[in-house]
Parts: sequence; structure tokens; C-alpha cells
Amino acid sequence: MCGLAGIIHRDGPSDLGTEITTMLQSMKHRGPDSTGYALYGQPDDLIVVRFVLAEPREYGGFGVEERLERSRAEVESRLAKIGAEVATITSPTGYAFRATIRYEGDLKPLADYLEDIPGCKVLSLGNSLEIIKDLGDAATVLEQYSLAGLTGTHAIGHVRMATESDVDLASAHPYWAYPFADVAVVHNGQLTNYHQWRRRLERLGHRFQSECDSEIIAVYLAEKLEGGVPLETAMKTSLDDFDGVFTYLVATDSELGIAKDEMAAKPLVLFESDDLVAMASEEIAIRALVGREVETRDPYEREVLTWQV
Amino acid sequence: MAGLTKSSVVYDARGLVEPDPEPPMTAEIDGDRAVIDATELTTRKINLELKRIVYDEGVNDVTIVNPGSKHSLGVGILKRCRITFEGSPGWYACGLIDGPEVQINGRVGWALGENMMSGSIVVEGPAGSLTGAALRGGDIVVKGNVGARTGIDQKGGTIITLGKAGINTGFMMQRGRQIICGDANDGLGDSMYDGFIYVGGRIASLGVDCVPAEMDESDHEFINRKFEIYDLGTPPELQKFECGKVLHNYDALEPSERKLVL
Repeated sequence: MCGLAGIIHRDGPSDLGTEITTMLQSMKHRGPDSTGYALYGQPDDLIVVRFVLAEPREYGGFGVEERLERSRAEVESRLAKIGAEVATITSPTGYAFRATIRYEGDLKPLADYLEDIPGCKVLSLGNSLEIIKDLGDAATVLEQYSLAGLTGTHAIGHVRMATESDVDLASAHPYWAYPFADVAVVHNGQLTNYHQWRRRLERLGHRFQSECDSEIIAVYLAEKLEGGVPLETAMKTSLDDFDGVFTYLVATDSELGIAKDEMAAKPLVLFESDDLVAMASEEIAIRALVGREVETRDPYEREVLTWQV
Repeated sequence: MAGLTKSSVVYDARGLVEPDPEPPMTAEIDGDRAVIDATELTTRKINLELKRIVYDEGVNDVTIVNPGSKHSLGVGILKRCRITFEGSPGWYACGLIDGPEVQINGRVGWALGENMMSGSIVVEGPAGSLTGAALRGGDIVVKGNVGARTGIDQKGGTIITLGKAGINTGFMMQRGRQIICGDANDGLGDSMYDGFIYVGGRIASLGVDCVPAEMDESDHEFINRKFEIYDLGTPPELQKFECGKVLHNYDALEPSERKLVL
């Protein structure tokens, strides 16, 4: 049992950090292990790189801070070598980092080069996407990463109850659709043909950061997007290709979509108005956001919906 | 029991600490009617207040405003009374009730009326998956669509859906009836043991061992009576489905006959 939430502001940027935290915190009972956000700010010339150099449980251990300092220096060195100019680099936690860079090249070698550094995982790369995820509930992560006031047009988020993989950052959602800029996925459910699809995608040259079945969705969609398939079409084919029970949300810099498996075994409730689209695993999250009784509906089995932002 | 002490801390259904198990005493009571404003109340507090005014104050017509989809509202009420929700009560609403007439002016989430024993629930909007799961008796009327697996493990009672029904509606149904005025998605009545399902719209596919049956006079009488009770207008043309009784190991013998054979 995990909780999903998504927001699109059709009337311009809003305080997404606070809003999606409100939704996720109201669903804390669906997953207290970790919380994650994919927030889409105003596109910029700069590329935002969110990365971690250690798991939270490692932080504070003997010699870890020195290792992290060396790793951070190595990140900056490698960014320079690959032709990226670092504008800013900050760390709210000591192990999770946010860098803004000027870079014209291909994102895949950049991500691969950084992840070659021991302990380094790139959480997201893009002109507007920022993936933030950590252990604990939404209020904890909001405070830890100072997300209140972080404005943008749309976002997806996830509260996780670990069932089939570890409680760590690697297994926390959202997943970035490596190596595509600005694509992120959150998922609730189980994919029973995970290993089959992982082998297929690895043979095609894709890499995985975790043992979590949800990462398959992000990489699968990335593979389709790479082949020029539109997002909605890729989502529709995923309903035939994935076995199991699932509801997932996917976001790009210009679209947000939902997909539900043929058994409709995982919940999702949808609210749509002229200026706002909100979706969540439970209605209570939508009520928490809009603060009043509103007309909502459940998407049906095998339903794929996308919205242009 | 010696050595055991009662814990002073209790938890609500969602695992949130609720250190005060007393009803909030916030209902506005006017004779045999009352209004509960649920805005500032947790699930436990709403249910405590509802039970207090129905059982202790003798109120038999309660309106709950601003329910806020807080889940598990109005559960376990075992008394004839009228309960109205102005807005969505969320998931697991009115489970295990025995007697109340419930009116929901809005939509409702998953598992409405789970294990309900008697009474009625009328929903003005749509309902989520698992509506009437393990329903034992009484009527559930949903004026919008219902989600997947509506009436799963249904053991009695009637579920009337004016809209469409989701996948595997009537899954492992054991008794009772469902009337679906709109379309039914795949796997209708899959693995049902008994009971009847009536469908007015298109059926994507029948589930395992769910077979067409002939409508008879008693079916028409039953359906017309239910539509009249709930003021639902004229029922549409309906097709009837029942269990083909080939999937499960049905025994045609009565228990007494079986003993003789064995």
C-alpha cells in the first residue's frame, strides 16, 4: 500500500511544495517509510541535477563526511571535464545535493559519468524537474529540504510503504526516467513480470538504480519515448506489457498522465476544474488540498488519461 | 483479570493516536433530529458522536455535514434511524450496519456498506470499487457508476446501480441480486455460486460460470418493486444472469440424503 498524489495548476505557478505535502501528509497512513516529490518549476536555461552521494543511514558514520566531501569534489571535477559549468551546488542534508549547471551535451553520458562515482545516484536531471525523496513522512521531508514556497506548475508525489524492497532512497519514489530530462514516475502496486522486463531492458542498455519493481515503469516509458512513441501511447502499451496490479502517474515538463491496470485493484480519485487537476490514491488528499466538498471520480480499469500542462 | 490494566491510549482506524475516547458532544440536537459538523473531528470522534446521539439521546434523524472523506464513517450502527451525509464519507462507509436508512448526497469511495446486514444506502453520485462487498442484506442504490468488484462475495441483499459497473462485478457472489442499468465490464459474475445479476446495458464479457437465464414474472415484480421504493422511475430492459453451477463442486443431494448415500 502506497499513496500517490498529483497536481496540475492550469492557472499558472503555485506553491507546489506545500500543496503536495498537504496531500501526501493526509495519506501518511498509506506509507510512512519514505516520501518523494517530482516538482516541475519554471523551465530555465540551467539544468537542475538532484543527486545523492550516500544513503541517509550511512550519514554520520565514521569517515563518511570526509568521503562525501571527496565525492562532491569529484562530482564538480567530472562536471567540468564533461563540459558542464556549475552555477550553484547546495546540500540541505549533507548527503543529498542540488546542482544547477549550464550544459549543452547529451544527458546520458553526464548521468553515467556521475553515477560512476561510488555512492552517487542521480535522482533527476532536467530544465524544470526536481526529484526530492527521503525517509520519513511528507512533513519531515518538506522541512528537511525547505520545500515550502517551491513554486511550479505541476507535481507528482508518493508516500511509500515498503513491501518488496528496502527502506532506502534507492527504493523511494519518484523514479526519474533515465536518461530523459524531466520525466518522472510514481507507482502503487506490484509488477509480477518485473524480472522479465528488467532483463529485456538491461539487454537494451538501460540501467537500474534499485531492486524496486516501480523503476521498471520509468525505464520502460523512457525506452518508448526514446523510440519516438508519444507518452499516452507508451502508457497504453504498458497496460498490456505489465502483469500485476498497478496505478501509476507519470509527468514530463509539459504533460501529466495516469494509468490503471485492467483489474483496477489500486485506487485513484480524480478532481478536475478549470484551474486545477488533482489526483490521489484517496479522496481525503483532494479534500485536504481544496478544503471543501468537490465532485470527484474514480478512473476505471485500463484507463489512461493525460493532461497538457 | 489481575495484573492487567486498561490502556489510557487508544488508536483510531487509521492508526492515529486518539488519547480521548469520549464523544466530542458537539452535535446540535433539535428533538429527534441532529446535525454533526465533522470538519474538525477525526473518524473516531465522528463515530463516537453518531453513536452517542443515536443510542443515548434517542435521535433518529442525523445529518453529518463536511464529512471530508475521512473513511469508516457511520460503521456498526445497529439501530433503525436515518443518517444523511452531506458530502463524501470516503472509504468503508456504513460497513456492518443493521437497520439505518442512509442517504449520501455526494460520491462515495471504496467498500461502501461492506458486510451490511439490513437497512438501505442511497448514493446520489458514483461509488468506488468493492461497493457492497460481502453484503448480507438490505439495499444499496448507487445513482452513478460503481467501480470494480462491486458485490464481491455478496451473500444477500440487493445492489442497484443506475450507471455502469466495473470489472469483475459480482465476483464470487453467493446470494442476493444486483441490478445494473448501464454497461458491465469484463468478468461479470465471475465464479459466482448463486444469486442473480440483471444488466440493462452492454456486457463486455461474462466471467467463468456466469450464464444467461430467463426472466420470469417474479424477477419483474422484484425489480419494479425496488424501483418504486427508491423512486427510480421505470427500469430498463434487463438481461438476467445466474450461476451455471459447473465451476464449483455442487452436490445435488440434501444433507440428509447425503448421509444415507455415504
